[in-house]
Amino acid sequence: MTALELSGIKKTFGSTDVLHGIDLTVEEGEFVIFVGPSGCGKSTLLRIIAGLEDASEGTVRIAGETVNATPPAKRGIAMVFQSYALYPHLTVKGNMSLAMKQEGAAKAEIEERVGTASRMLGLEPLLERRPAELSGGQRQRVAIGRAVVRKPKLFLFDEPLSNLDAALRVNTRLEIARLHRELAATMVYVTHDQVEAMTLADKIVVMNAGRIEQVGSPMELYNRPANTFVAGFIGSPQMNFLDAAALGDTTAKTIGIRPEHIAVSAEVGDLACEVTHIEQLGADTNLYLRNETVGPFTARLFGEHYFAPDSRVHVSFDRTKQHRFDTEGQAIR
Amino acid sequence: MTAARSSLARSVAAHAILIAYTLIALFPVFVIVVNAFKARRDIFNTPLALPTPESFSLVGFETVTSQGNFLLYFQNSLIVTVVALACVLLFGAMAAFALSEYRFRGNTLMGLYLALGIMIPIRLGTVAILQIMVASGLVNTLTALILVYTAQGLPLAIFILSEFMRSVSDDLKNAGRVDGLSEYRIFFTLVLPLVRPALATVAVFTMIPIWNDLWFPLILAPAESTKTVTLGAQMFIGQFVTNWNAVLAALTLAIVPVLVLYLIFSRQLIRGITSGAVK
Repeated sequence: MTALELSGIKKTFGSTDVLHGIDLTVEEGEFVIFVGPSGCGKSTLLRIIAGLEDASEGTVRIAGETVNATPPAKRGIAMVFQSYALYPHLTVKGNMSLAMKQEGAAKAEIEERVGTASRMLGLEPLLERRPAELSGGQRQRVAIGRAVVRKPKLFLFDEPLSNLDAALRVNTRLEIARLHRELAATMVYVTHDQVEAMTLADKIVVMNAGRIEQVGSPMELYNRPANTFVAGFIGSPQMNFLDAAALGDTTAKTIGIRPEHIAVSAEVGDLACEVTHIEQLGADTNLYLRNETVGPFTARLFGEHYFAPDSRVHVSFDRTKQHRFDTEGQAIR
Repeated sequence: MTAARSSLARSVAAHAILIAYTLIALFPVFVIVVNAFKARRDIFNTPLALPTPESFSLVGFETVTSQGNFLLYFQNSLIVTVVALACVLLFGAMAAFALSEYRFRGNTLMGLYLALGIMIPIRLGTVAILQIMVASGLVNTLTALILVYTAQGLPLAIFILSEFMRSVSDDLKNAGRVDGLSEYRIFFTLVLPLVRPALATVAVFTMIPIWNDLWFPLILAPAESTKTVTLGAQMFIGQFVTNWNAVLAALTLAIVPVLVLYLIFSRQLIRGITSGAVK
């Protein structure tokens, strides 16, 4: 069954178009991530799904029902916000049970659901505390718990990890992934971080300037990007875009080659270049290189390597893994 | 502590300026309070001296409590101030919430219109206000004063509060909407507690001019039963003879309630926002 269906969603603020007609279906149990640079409209789209913003055009269907005129509380959704948005005057328990109280659920049922959710997220010792007494990571767990308690048809996450520090971000990411497996719930998640998108999603929706650039599984987007935008957005370090003519390819405009598909050697290779900078990360090494005709590009080597800056090396591209793009930036297949 | 950020000369200068300002601001209050406790002759002979056992006298307070209906005046002043203040805060906050939260046609214009009153003193409209009050039979009622003071206080309240409400996290309000809270509950339980310091500021700025006002009580409600403290104190000021003891005693007494109200609000001001809602 389709959990969420968007058709022809447009949004204009005054004279600026933020979304130019978004069509998308999300199947039940899917984990879908909207990813894109800031200002691409992904948060606006999420808010339209939540009902916090009205679409200028188009329809939103949740579990088969058109909900354009339904207020957020009646849409069967739960949302987790970037800034946690816990109610400061309520305890953790109060925060988690408020929505069910509003719906008029029985006390015993509320207790049971809060109990289940807090066990699932390890919040039991915190239930009587107020948000001000919690750390950032705990607050976000409470916010996720608040969403879980409602047993929504659709979970919405608005950049939930952006305010957490790096270590906590990884932990919370794992927690969200585990939650998705345990609840088998449909989740829609917005982020600007492609690592979050790659690690969590069943399906990634890459957005740019109010349009969907490509929809696909993480590996589809990595292996078969539809255009230069997607190719550049997915993968880190970024894909190298090289002038096709300089590499002797006359049928394409640009050749895209990922840094990890470049072999570097001190003696032999297709292309001689100069090392401008080196980053050693232990598990892998990023080399910033420059060639007179091709220009600057990046190579990623696995393991520890060292090449002195300004020294000369030879590189070979793995041409079977290259991506070719036409003058419009669309992939040539 | 003497290092990078503080120099002795600079902090001495800053404190000298602050102390000088405090003295200037407190001086009139000091003169009023000190002289309220002195006999009439000593008020004129040594106006700046503290009351001594010889010059100490409570005759002013005796006159005030025996002659006028001062308890009633106090009650009137308190009712007018508190009710007008409550109205200003409630309606001001609601209007500010609407202006900052909802996008609607004419939002900016409406905001400008509501803030216009900051620049145009309400006293310019005294004649028209009096005509309205006469026509509606509200002359010599406390209602008239409450209405006028509410109108007087609203522009600044809306201006200040709408700025503060813009700073309240959208996520928090949206979380409330997703959880099914009504806009009223979002306003009262989520937004108002977070702008409490701003409310306290507005309360202080609104309250003091109302309490001290002489103009509108004199024009709209000069009857004995609706006199306020400031107006009541005037009865000791005559064209030929002024009972300074009584005037000063009345003014000294008038400081007390407003000081108490001020202390209540400034406590709120200092206590600060309920932190922890966001970040």
